[in-house]
Amino acid sequence: MTTSNGVAVHADRVSRHYEMGAAVIRAVDDVSLEVRSGEFVALLGSSGSGKSTLLNLMAGLDRPTGGAIFANGRNLSELSSLELARYRSRTVGMVFQSFNLLPRMTLEENVELPLRLAEVDRAERGARVQEALERVRLEKRLTHRPSELSGGEQQRAALARALVNRPTLLFADEPTGNLDSATGESIMLLLKEIQQKLGMTIVMVTHERPLAERFADRIAALADGKLLTDGVKS
Amino acid sequence: MKAGDLGELALRNLREAVLRSSLTTLGVAVGVASLVAWLSLGIGLQALATKRLSNSGLFDTVIVTQRRSLQSMRRGPAESSPAKNARALDDDAKKEFERLPNVVEVYSQVRFPTEVRYNGTPYSTIVAGIPESARGNGSFDGIQGGFFSGANADEAILQIEFARDLSTQPSSLIGKDLIVRYAERQALPPEAGRTPGGHAADRETGGFSIVPREKKLRIVGIIETEPAAGFGGFGSGRLLIPLEVASSLRAAQVNDLRDAVRAPTGKPVYASLTVRAKSASLVGGIETAIKTMGFGTFSLQDATKSLEVFFRIFDMLLFIFGSLALAVATLGIINTLVMAILERRREIGILKALGAADRDVKQLFFVEASVMGLLGGVLGVVFGWLVGRAVTFGINVYLKRQSLPPTDVFSVPFWLVLLAIVLAVLVSLAAGLYPASRAAKLNPVEALRYE
Ligand SMILES: Nc1ncnc2c1ncn2[C@@H]1O[C@H](COP(=O)(O)OP(=O)(O)OP(=O)(O)O)[C@@H](O)[C@H]1O
Ligand SMILES: [Mg+2]
Repeated sequence: MTTSNGVAVHADRVSRHYEMGAAVIRAVDDVSLEVRSGEFVALLGSSGSGKSTLLNLMAGLDRPTGGAIFANGRNLSELSSLELARYRSRTVGMVFQSFNLLPRMTLEENVELPLRLAEVDRAERGARVQEALERVRLEKRLTHRPSELSGGEQQRAALARALVNRPTLLFADEPTGNLDSATGESIMLLLKEIQQKLGMTIVMVTHERPLAERFADRIAALADGKLLTDGVKS
Repeated sequence: MKAGDLGELALRNLREAVLRSSLTTLGVAVGVASLVAWLSLGIGLQALATKRLSNSGLFDTVIVTQRRSLQSMRRGPAESSPAKNARALDDDAKKEFERLPNVVEVYSQVRFPTEVRYNGTPYSTIVAGIPESARGNGSFDGIQGGFFSGANADEAILQIEFARDLSTQPSSLIGKDLIVRYAERQALPPEAGRTPGGHAADRETGGFSIVPREKKLRIVGIIETEPAAGFGGFGSGRLLIPLEVASSLRAAQVNDLRDAVRAPTGKPVYASLTVRAKSASLVGGIETAIKTMGFGTFSLQDATKSLEVFFRIFDMLLFIFGSLALAVATLGIINTLVMAILERRREIGILKALGAADRDVKQLFFVEASVMGLLGGVLGVVFGWLVGRAVTFGINVYLKRQSLPPTDVFSVPFWLVLLAIVLAVLVSLAAGLYPASRAAKLNPVEALRYE
């Protein structure tokens, strides 16, 4: 099942179990999910349903205890940890609920960090940082530190950081969770714009059904680690 | 990650925790300083001891004698001439010794009791001949005035005790003249032995006469410590004059008389010659060479060897002692880096989420550790050197109060500087080993889970 034509990420009967002494916690249990290239998928579910766990598995941040994940046709389970790091660096961009910017670095330095890790030439970096910040309309805040920005601006900076290495997959874990609804909506509009302009594949975790229904192409609902619905938005 | 980025991020991290990083670095510096101070003390003391001992003439000299006493004992009392394979210790032998490799000089020890007149008052004292080589070898460090102007100068250096006998203000003696009265030995024409009025003692020696003489010498220096050169050297001399002058005085040395009688060729024969080697380690070869030439030799070679062994063990103990502080500093580095992991959990998680490999995280911690090690090493060398200077200063203040010449007991050779810095970096890297691998193994999902 490694058909990559049109499929960006494919979770094939994926499980992530945690063994807590005698008990087994099935954070993700036998989930199969296909995300098509250029698709915007929302992972919906209540707290503890396994959304983040599934997202981390697809982003190569964690390894499944069962099943397999294919990204651009490659089985992530077969990658060494160095290759997995490379996958996170070149193919994946990530955005978190709590922004996760490094507080002591300026915006410019924060956005430059993935370029350092991907060993992009110094000469090229300035333009890449500029481009990414322009895309989220923060090009005037280069020398500011995260604490000098509003929540929405911080999330936009995090988005710029996720895009700077020009990945094909964007994983966002409740990107609007720490923002008021108006600001959250502006972030969603930005994600939509990125999907449409860059043709990026986006998987976004949220527990706000209205937001998912408005912006995502498709909703995959999780409950207790199991996939409930997996359908295209009507 | 590329080396440049790694370095930048590491320095940045160290700067962000500036207090903790600098305290850790200081810990390394103190450890290295302790190591440098102890080792440089060991090296300095060794150099000092070696210098003093080689100046003493005990370790870099070979005493050469004729193989006579042993042989004559074996052959019985009737046979008193040297054995056939034993050679006469005459001027020819002396020249041969001088031609041997690594020989600095060969001299006979000239020392005799004499009477000195200064300001018309007579004093009896012992004159010793000083070889020209004493000028440069440190025996006369701390002299008041100066060394002889030349090997043939009619000049004298007074031992301080003797100078005090001559004057209450010894330093005022420099530049003044004194008169040495000595007995000159003169070979008598064969008929002279029958001359009435000749001294009875002279007749016994078979053709020598002792004639009293006087010589004027200018005082050029006063020496506080007692210089020595070889066994029975000029150590006990109180009036020191150039060796050639002393020899030319042809003083009535007891040994010379006896030797002159026994020389079969009629040439003067030395009771013993002192052969000085370039360094103590070269004594062995010279001694063997002279032995095969048919002479008896004596040196303190074994003593130098045990001295070397002693200092090697001494240095090793100092190294262990000094290393203890460095070991404590190592714990400091480990502690700092482990604390940094706890504090930077989230940051490490973010780095990994952004694509950092385990290797990148590990290297980052290693670079941080080695930067602290390098800085600590350099600082430590400087601290250690300063400690050495301070202690030397203190010792010299004390020595000066005791009217002793200053000494340098610490020595920081270049290899020690390198060793200390390299050791500090290696120790820091070793200390970084555990924290770095722990940081690299950190699970990013867990690191990012909690706020
Ligand atoms: N390291 C772990 N050890 C044990 N259980 C874990 C671990 N990580 C996650 N879990 C459990 O797995 C389940 C799914 O967690 P996950 O974080 O994926 O939920 P979520 O859907 O993202 O919830 P939320 O909306 O609150 O973020 C939870 O019950 C959680 O307690
Ligand atoms: Mg979650």
